[in-house]
Order: sequence, then C-alpha cells, then structure tokens
Amino acid sequence: MLDKADQIFILLKNWVVSFLPAALQAPAGVVLGVVGILAIFPTLFAIAVLMERKGLGRMQNRIGPNRVGPFGVLQPIADAIKSLTKEDIVPLTADRPVHFLAPVLLVVVSFMGFAVLPVGRNMVLVDMDASLLFYFAMGTSTELSIFMAGWSSRNKYSLLGAMRGVAQMISYEVPMLLSSVVIVMMTGSLSLVKIVEAQNHYTWGLPHWYIFTPWGLAAFVMYAIAATAETNRSPFDLPEGESELVAGYFTEYSGFKFALFFLGEYLGMLSISGLGTTLFLGGWSAPLASLQWVPSWIWFFAKIMLSITVMIWVRGTLPRLRQDQLMNFAWKFVLPMTLLNLMVAAVWRFMGEGWLRWVVCSAILVVVYAGAGLFEMRRKHYGARSYRYAE
Amino acid sequence: MLGEGILRGLAETSRNFAGSFVSKERLTTVEYPEQRIPTAEAARVFPFLVYDGPDWHAGLRCVACQICEKECPPKCIFIEKSKDKKPDYVGKMQIYPAKFDIDISVCMSCQICVEVCPFEAIKMDTVFELSTDDRFGGLLLDTQQLAKSNEYYHTIHPTEAGEVDARLAEEKAKTEAKAKAAAEAAAAKAAAAASAPPAATASAPTPNIATQPKPAEGGE
Repeated sequence: MLDKADQIFILLKNWVVSFLPAALQAPAGVVLGVVGILAIFPTLFAIAVLMERKGLGRMQNRIGPNRVGPFGVLQPIADAIKSLTKEDIVPLTADRPVHFLAPVLLVVVSFMGFAVLPVGRNMVLVDMDASLLFYFAMGTSTELSIFMAGWSSRNKYSLLGAMRGVAQMISYEVPMLLSSVVIVMMTGSLSLVKIVEAQNHYTWGLPHWYIFTPWGLAAFVMYAIAATAETNRSPFDLPEGESELVAGYFTEYSGFKFALFFLGEYLGMLSISGLGTTLFLGGWSAPLASLQWVPSWIWFFAKIMLSITVMIWVRGTLPRLRQDQLMNFAWKFVLPMTLLNLMVAAVWRFMGEGWLRWVVCSAILVVVYAGAGLFEMRRKHYGARSYRYAE
Repeated sequence: MLGEGILRGLAETSRNFAGSFVSKERLTTVEYPEQRIPTAEAARVFPFLVYDGPDWHAGLRCVACQICEKECPPKCIFIEKSKDKKPDYVGKMQIYPAKFDIDISVCMSCQICVEVCPFEAIKMDTVFELSTDDRFGGLLLDTQQLAKSNEYYHTIHPTEAGEVDARLAEEKAKTEAKAKAAAEAAAAKAAAAASAPPAATASAPTPNIATQPKPAEGGE
C-alpha cells in the first residue's frame, strides 16, 4: 500500500500508457512525464509567489494579499488573469524577434533543468550519466535569454540590467560549479540519481546527507549563496534594482511576456533549490530512517518549499549589495572558499574512516572562514573624502 | 565573526513574522473599507454650507455676499443671488443664494472660502468617499447637496463648531441688546412725547423684538 503511494505517479503513467499500442508506449510515457513537470512546477510557482507575498508582508509587519478568496489564497489566479489580459507593448525600436524569443527561451531553459532532477524514487524524466553537467549547461543558458532581453529592448536600463545580470551570473557560476564538484568527487558520479542513492543510507536512524559533513556544509553554504545570485534574488538582485534600473532587463516587457519572465525566475528558483536538495539534502530521501514510509516525492517537494522559504526569509532581511561588493564577494571570498573546500574534501577522502578527519576538516574550514572574515572582508578605511572642484 | 549580522537580521525578521500574528502593535494595518479610524478633527476635504434648524433652505446661513466666490483661487464656487429676502439668524432680512454650486473636481481644499466668510456659513467637510462614475455632473455639488446641519458640523469639528456658536450667540446678544436699547429709546421718546400718536410708533419695534429669538433658537 505504502509502496504504491510512493510509486503512484509511475503506476499511473504505466496504466495510462498501457492503453496505447506497444510502439507508442515509450514516447507517450515521456510526454506524460513532461506534462507532469509542466503541471506541477507552475503550481509550485503560484504557491511560492503567494508564500512570498504573504511571508514578506508579515516580515515587514504588513498583512499581504488578503482580498481574493479566503486569506487571499486565490491571489495567484487573479494575478494570472491580470497578466494575460494586459496589453502587450513592444517598443517601436526593439528588435522584435529577439524581444519575443527572450522570455520564451528563459522559460524553456528553466523547464529543461527539471528533466534530470530525481523528484522521487524512480521518478526522473531522463536518467543520464552526466545529468549534473546537463543541468548546469541548461542553467547557464538563462544568461543568454537575459542578455537577449536587455539587448533587444533598446533601452539603457534594460541593457544595464542585462550587463549586470550577465556579469553577476557568470561570476557566481564558478563557485556554484566548484561547490558541486565536491559532491561529484565524493560520489564518483555525475548522475543525480546516483548522488541521491549515495545519500540514502542511515546510521542510528540519521541520514548520510552530504550537508552533515564539514565539507558538505561548507559547500552547501557556498552553493546557497551562489544559487541566490544565480536566480537574481535579493540580496543579489542588482540586475533588477528598481531604485536605479526601473526593472532591469525586463523593463520593456509587459503583459504575458512579463509573466513569462516572472515564471522563469521562479522556475529557476525551484529548479536550483531542487538541485541543492539533490546534491546536499539527500534529494527524495527521508530525514529520519523511521520516516521512510512517507512517499519519497513528498520529501522532495517539502525540501524544495523549505529552500524557497529560506530564500524568501533572506529576501525579507537583507538589503541589496553594491556592484563592487557583489564582485568582491564572489571572487575574493566565495571562490577561494570553494577551492579550499575541494582540498578539504580531498583530505577527508584520504584520511579514511574515523573521528580525526571530522576534527581536521572542520578546523581547516572554520579557521580559514574566520580568518577571511577578519582580514579579507574587513571594512576598508579610505580616510576623509576630498573634493577638488566642488569646494 | 563573518555572517553574524546576517544571522541577527534573520532573527529580527523572524521575530517580526511571528510577532505580526500575535501582537496588535506590530501589525498596524487598518483594513480600510471594513475597518475605519475616525478622521482627525482638523481634517478637511471639501467645503459645505451650514444651516440652522430643521429646514435646510430656511436655515441656510449663507447670505450670498459672494466673497467666497471672488476669493476662491481656482474659481470653483458659483453663486446666484435670490430676488427676495429671508430672515437670517438674528432676524435681519437678507438675500439668500438661489444657487450655490461647488465644483469639487476643481476645488483644491484650500479653505480660503471658510476664512473669508463673515457669516460662518461655509465650513470644511470631512467626507472623502466622493468617487462617482459621472465626473462632470457627479462632482458638481448643488446647494442641497452642500447644505449640512449645524449638528453635523458639531459632530465633525466639535471644538471649532463650539467656538462658532459662541461667537454667533455673542453677536446675536449684542444685536438684541442694541435692538432693546433702540426700542427702549424709542419707548422713552414715545413716553416723553406722551400723546396718543406715539402708541402707533411704539408698537412698531415690538414685533421685531418678538420675532428675534425664534430663528435664533436653531442656531444654539
């Protein structure tokens, strides 16, 4: 019975497919999987937007949306109707085909990432050997769509937003990849399915998730920072800083195209949380051995929504960084720390079993982290400001 | 240590988040159409005309002197004088406005009309829910829409209305005293004359005095 609940979507798919002739069964299965992804993740997007608006409101001592439906739960539907019925304005001087393609590409690419994420036990659309590589290739393509949007709008704010976006995303791509490489080193596989399976063991009822190791925790923190920057979330939302750039690269978008950008952004958040969950939080595995009877996909989605909640929490807390702070942070702090983490992971690997490797690895990471905090990130004193002309 | 401030900030926002569910002081939002806070006493939106007594037309304090119409910076007041006269609060016969319209789409709520009015006839209202689907006719308020009772004035601006009433009562008392003195003087004159014809002259001021308190009652 519980096994059936765990595999319910697979069984459902097999049952639907069994009505078709044998030659069509395999493609129909894939199509059904795609339909599932196309249905579930936009629903999660709606829930995430509502959570964000309500949660941010509460963090700022406001109520948030509460007019549409009981407690405002139907607000996403109202938003969707509003976006769909708004006029679609394209600037006269815009590069029309590129302007049209940018949001479409963003959404398509964001959906592609979900193809390789193991959503539950046996629930992965494409189980390829290099799925992590595929995921990063797809995730990087969002930069292209952002630059297309900024360039084709023929608006200085759009272009500046796109430049910032691309610079930021390329900078943070590096630490994100390097923090994931640690996992690949430990698992010995690029396949996300294998990575989850490697974490799905229990000692004393506790899971072997990678976040519960010194190098895993460090990599997770670096990954979380880089992922926040990758998805242009606060405090790294410079590309759309409304105080200086109107709305950044999607300034010239309205109506449904704007909604597509919005959707793409949240799909990016969901998929990057999904990857983080898979890499560090054990994917679909239960947090306690005694909870393994709960269907695996529930754990996966619960972990994703938890990550989204943390992202919202961080957004409600931190102000936006300045461009130089952003770049300094990426290249002078996060990147060296991920490189160090690679060494630490190697140390962990070659020290063998035992408590000593816990102490050594933790000590290295904590000392370097504290030292970097003291010396590298300290406040710089430039002295009194001097004016040459404006006396 | 690095990141300490971030953790402190996260703690602060989570305290806000949880606190907004339990503490009324944190969640200060007033959900407007359902919940309302009373308007401040000094609040002002658009002018209205004050009337005394039960009948708005008879009790209108305005005497159509047109000072407000002339002083109005955006020229949103339109007054037509009446041909006949009616008694004002002291009983003096005065012209009244046959038409007194204010175009509130033009009015800028400057309160200059209130400041210049020598008869305490025009005051500022606090009603602000004036939206209408007819932006020309719906926003041109006529005399009947503008006329509001002195009791209403007392409810929206109690302090100011009290002062106005005291001032009017004082003025009325002064007029009454003057009328009385005049009547006494006339009576004394009549008595001094001490002959049959003065009876007719002495009877003339008496109805005037008798009628005075009547319209004034509404004003207090």
